[in-house]
Amino acid sequence: MSDETPEQPKAPEAPAPEPAAPEAPAAVPAAETPAAAAPAAPVAKAPLSDEEKAAMKAAALEKAAAAKAAKAAAEGAAPGAAGAAAAPAAPAAKPKPVHEEDPNKPIWEKDPIAPDWQDGASDPLTQALKDEFGEAIETARSYAGDLTFQVRRDAIALVVASLKDKHRFTYLIDICGADYPKREPRFDVVYHLYSFEANRRIRLKVVAGEDTPVPTLCNVYRAANWPEREAYDMYGVRFEGHPDMTRILLWEGFNGYPLRKDFPVEGIDTGSAIYPEYYNETSGPVQGAGTGWKPPKPPEPPAPPAAEKPAAAPGTEPG
Amino acid sequence: MTELMHSPFADSDTEMSDSLFAKGEEMELNFGPQHPSTHGVLRLKLRVDGERITECYPIIGYLHRGTEKLFELHPFFQNVPHTDRMDYVAAATNNLAYVGAVEKLVGLTIPPRARYIRTILCELQRISSHLLWLATHAIDIGAMTPFFYTFRERELVLDLFEQYCGARLTLNCMRPGGLPHDLPVGWTDKCRELMALFPAACDEYEGLLTNNRIWKKRTVGIGVLPPDVAIDYGVTGPMLRGSGIRWDLRKAMPYEAYGEVDFEVPIGTNCDTYDRYLVRMEEMRQSVLIIIQCLDKLPEGPIMAKRPRVMKAAKDAEAYYGIEGPKGEIGFYIVGDGTPNPYRCHVRAPSFVNLQSLPELTKGYLLADLVALIGTTDIVLGEVDR
Repeated sequence: MSDETPEQPKAPEAPAPEPAAPEAPAAVPAAETPAAAAPAAPVAKAPLSDEEKAAMKAAALEKAAAAKAAKAAAEGAAPGAAGAAAAPAAPAAKPKPVHEEDPNKPIWEKDPIAPDWQDGASDPLTQALKDEFGEAIETARSYAGDLTFQVRRDAIALVVASLKDKHRFTYLIDICGADYPKREPRFDVVYHLYSFEANRRIRLKVVAGEDTPVPTLCNVYRAANWPEREAYDMYGVRFEGHPDMTRILLWEGFNGYPLRKDFPVEGIDTGSAIYPEYYNETSGPVQGAGTGWKPPKPPEPPAPPAAEKPAAAPGTEPG
Repeated sequence: MTELMHSPFADSDTEMSDSLFAKGEEMELNFGPQHPSTHGVLRLKLRVDGERITECYPIIGYLHRGTEKLFELHPFFQNVPHTDRMDYVAAATNNLAYVGAVEKLVGLTIPPRARYIRTILCELQRISSHLLWLATHAIDIGAMTPFFYTFRERELVLDLFEQYCGARLTLNCMRPGGLPHDLPVGWTDKCRELMALFPAACDEYEGLLTNNRIWKKRTVGIGVLPPDVAIDYGVTGPMLRGSGIRWDLRKAMPYEAYGEVDFEVPIGTNCDTYDRYLVRMEEMRQSVLIIIQCLDKLPEGPIMAKRPRVMKAAKDAEAYYGIEGPKGEIGFYIVGDGTPNPYRCHVRAPSFVNLQSLPELTKGYLLADLVALIGTTDIVLGEVDR
């Protein structure tokens, strides 16, 4: 990325060898390589960098290929032309694209330097939390100035309560989920807290699976209610002890969790055929099954969750 | 005037409230999603005892479009238009929050001219958003006239946006790394003209409302949100400042050019709807001051930083960036995975969080106050549902 711009003046003559370079390693037959590389080596007097070697190899290979008339017939004139163009291009690419650093150059004219993860162990907050919770604080790192703690799932409510009471992180900015399907407990729940006194944001992360609920923060912050419902709605992460663990943006009975990576972007078929517990084809919505109040004393157990099999449906089976 | 029991001019409505309005039996009432005063498609399940609201349960999601999923499908550059469509009356601040998060993620620094122009655009957007809020809030309460006055000036603000980027609402006016266009010729003069006439227009709105008896009857002491409750609910923006907490991300964590201009952060004292109205009015005046200072200081130079053609965030990189939008803290949490697309992009939407406090705000107030309280939270359902 960083050496893109310095190379730009050479760009017009460079493109010919470039398409050939990626396919060169795959196309090199075992018997041909030493023979083809040997005549190329004396030309290069100095030890070459990897990409120059690759370019040389490609050029040499193409010369060999051009000599083989049978192959050239299949490939047409293009490789031959590329090989001819590669000869002047390869030495031209030789000076290493050094970025001359002009100290007077303003920072926005330099290449962006992405921040990197830093160890956050030296932060006083990390020390305090590690003293209090020990192993429950798994890692402490910071990226672009945001301190991030990886917290053990069962301890999150305690850690956040301590952050709120002892460290004055009185303001919960946000809770959201994230999905990493290749990992075993596949979800992350990400919390952002803010302290008015310290004027500082921190981030906490918890790993959760589909059947490993996360302790709710509703008893710590009332603000946690809706964001937790949203995380449940979008990812299916459950929050233990949440007073109203229902869907919030999608309707009760939606089958699936749309922000999971394996949920199809184009959506799924929805309707009575899939959710007869909630929507009966003939009589319409099933009473008491939607979002809303639970009556103070429910006369009968609430409707089964959407994951249950639809056989228990009241009313007719959709035909 | 004869003494009507329901007259808003009756001075002792608190005394008659319980005997007249509370019947001791509760009724369930559905409000919305198609009610004109819900500013979109918000549905509320209410439990009312006479005229008193005992419980309020917002049901949202009617405008859910899966924006966060869309973000994962497009490269960083192409996601800016999606942010326009969340809070569609404050597109510039949404743009800024998103591009700011991307810039934080990849370590871009923005040239000063771009920073100043962004600040101007965001403050114009704040004025336009507050004007729309004032118009609809007043209509909800029953004052029709301010609507025409505020839309007169809002139109001029939108004209400025149109001259800058061609769009009036869905601006798409920022890019990761800077701005798509420089200011057109003569734009700053037009902006100065508007800023010169705007304080007088503000006086005009305030002349209609601030000392109006009916307006005060409908707003003073209605929807009291104590500061500790406001923080507990995570509300931000004018809602929080109306509750007397002097906290503004423009001051707390200055971004763009806010660290280089002088302005005040107004706060309320009584934590009610009237104070939130006053806070927003004062914010518009402060926005004018910010814009004038930015126009005075506007530096010359490039408007775009050097940036890679294909922007990739490092694997596991993640950043949260929040700014002060017209409605509160709008933030983006972006995770990168080494590809040009964000792996995860979550929006911390101020309307969503502020709306969560509505059950607390409405508890114990009259049904007629509900529309005033929905208005005072200043929600845009496109952002609530995303």
